[in-house]
Amino acid sequence: MTLALPAAAPARWREHSPLPGFGLGMGFTLLYVSVIILLPIAALIARPWEHGISGFFDAILQPRTLAALRLSFTAVALAALVNAGFGLLIAWVLTRYEFPFRRLVDAMVDLPFALPTAVAGIALAALYSSNGWIGSLIEPLGLKIAYTPVGVFVALFAVGLPFVVRSVQPVLQDLDAAYEEAAQTLGASAFQTFFRVTLPALAPALITGLALAFARGVGEYGSVIFIAGNMPGVSEIAPLVIVGKLEQYDYSGAAAVGVAMLALALMALLLTNAVQLIFARRGAA
Amino acid sequence: MSGAVVRGRGGPGRGFRIGPLIAIVLALGWLGLIIGLPLALVFVQAMSKGVQTFAATFAEPDALAAIRLTLEVAAITVPVNAAFGLAAAWAIAKFDFRGKSLLLALIDLPLSLSPVVAGLVWVLVFGARGWFGPILDVAGIKIIFALPGIILGTILVTAPLVARELIPLMVAQGVDEELAALTLGAGGWTVFWRVTLPNIRWALLHGVLLCNARAMGEFGAVSVLSGKIRGLTETLPLHVEALYNDYDFVGAFAAASLLAGLAMVTLGLKTLLERLGRGEPRQKSRA
Repeated sequence: MTLALPAAAPARWREHSPLPGFGLGMGFTLLYVSVIILLPIAALIARPWEHGISGFFDAILQPRTLAALRLSFTAVALAALVNAGFGLLIAWVLTRYEFPFRRLVDAMVDLPFALPTAVAGIALAALYSSNGWIGSLIEPLGLKIAYTPVGVFVALFAVGLPFVVRSVQPVLQDLDAAYEEAAQTLGASAFQTFFRVTLPALAPALITGLALAFARGVGEYGSVIFIAGNMPGVSEIAPLVIVGKLEQYDYSGAAAVGVAMLALALMALLLTNAVQLIFARRGAA
Repeated sequence: MSGAVVRGRGGPGRGFRIGPLIAIVLALGWLGLIIGLPLALVFVQAMSKGVQTFAATFAEPDALAAIRLTLEVAAITVPVNAAFGLAAAWAIAKFDFRGKSLLLALIDLPLSLSPVVAGLVWVLVFGARGWFGPILDVAGIKIIFALPGIILGTILVTAPLVARELIPLMVAQGVDEELAALTLGAGGWTVFWRVTLPNIRWALLHGVLLCNARAMGEFGAVSVLSGKIRGLTETLPLHVEALYNDYDFVGAFAAASLLAGLAMVTLGLKTLLERLGRGEPRQKSRA
């Protein structure tokens, strides 16, 4: 009886396999995840409470922090709307039409993944500042983008776009054109076909892409800080508040803002998963 | 082979239509505005005072030190994360165990982390007022504002990149080939080197490439952890920032053009690897 226990215990949490190397692979993975991911995240989550729950909320509810969180989230949400539109359009054009340099354009979509954020940041700042290529064109019209909250919003276009395009593109590629043709044969207009046939099929992928773009955009630092101007309470983003608190050795305050940002990003992803489940159920019904 | 079906809806052969043209122009215009223009500006600004000024940026000892540090960080980060990606993908894709989705979620967690927070967390662990700060201080070990901190921040940010490339592919490939090799008398490592690795090599390279690009370009985490000591703890992206903040715009864009060039080479290789990777077997994907 006592001998049966150790043999039965592992069998319950993992299926037997004749393949070797589970111990090594799993052991290294667990060690790595613990040291590189869990340990620092635990330090983050443990830190803000040293002055109790009120200490945490005091740090979060400071007007400057609140303004930064609000700016980060509204800018990302608005940029997500823009990215949903243009992401769909670009994925559509790349999968449905042939045109010169299509492959090059397709590769270019991924550039924001590969381009260091600081490089994107100084380029955007130079582009939109009053003597920049775009800034000098729009300034006479009374528009100002660089060093305003609008700059934050503009900087997030490129950050989120590849997430949307790369989520939607494979689904669009596999989408059977027969449905769309059937809709058109039945007398649907192009708009009806798109909104009643194509878009519902793309919705789960689109939502996934937007959630990834959202999680990434909320924390974006390098491409935003150069163009934002970083005026406290006006154009200062949440990650910059953390940097500021760290410079004043306010570790628990910085950790509180970090926890809030992580929680909000994870909530966006969880919400997405819930929406996906609803879509999956509807699809099954 | 469903991918081989080419759909020509609205493509050539249907005659000229205005709708597709407007869509293509809009899409290309937007991409040009938000991606093409900033990229072009980097190179134009870098060369705006001539090639000599451009080259002078890289003659500075601080710039050379920044390049060397960036290469060092990548040289440590990429192999470590590649090993992690392989180990995690082996355990997750080839075996069934409880808590798999939790493990997957943990591996993905750094993707939801702001780079600044990825830097902050290490300050909370190893900083002067962090968990292990006092002990490290006594032992005389410096992690934060030094090379180890920069590496830890970079590793955290890039940790999921190789694993995420490998796991879906290896799940799709299943274990049949490995089991066949075992039956034929191959040992564990032989199976890995001769059966598994050849099947995933392009995806592995793809992940390594992305990991490398991100490691060399990482800014937020590194800017929190480096202390920004010129010539000592300044990576290339931090050097770009320092030059920019000093109003040395030509220098900043020259250094940035090096990173932008790296990004473009990465994309080129990535496209190539994706084409090669299409040949990798996916046993279970379609019956």
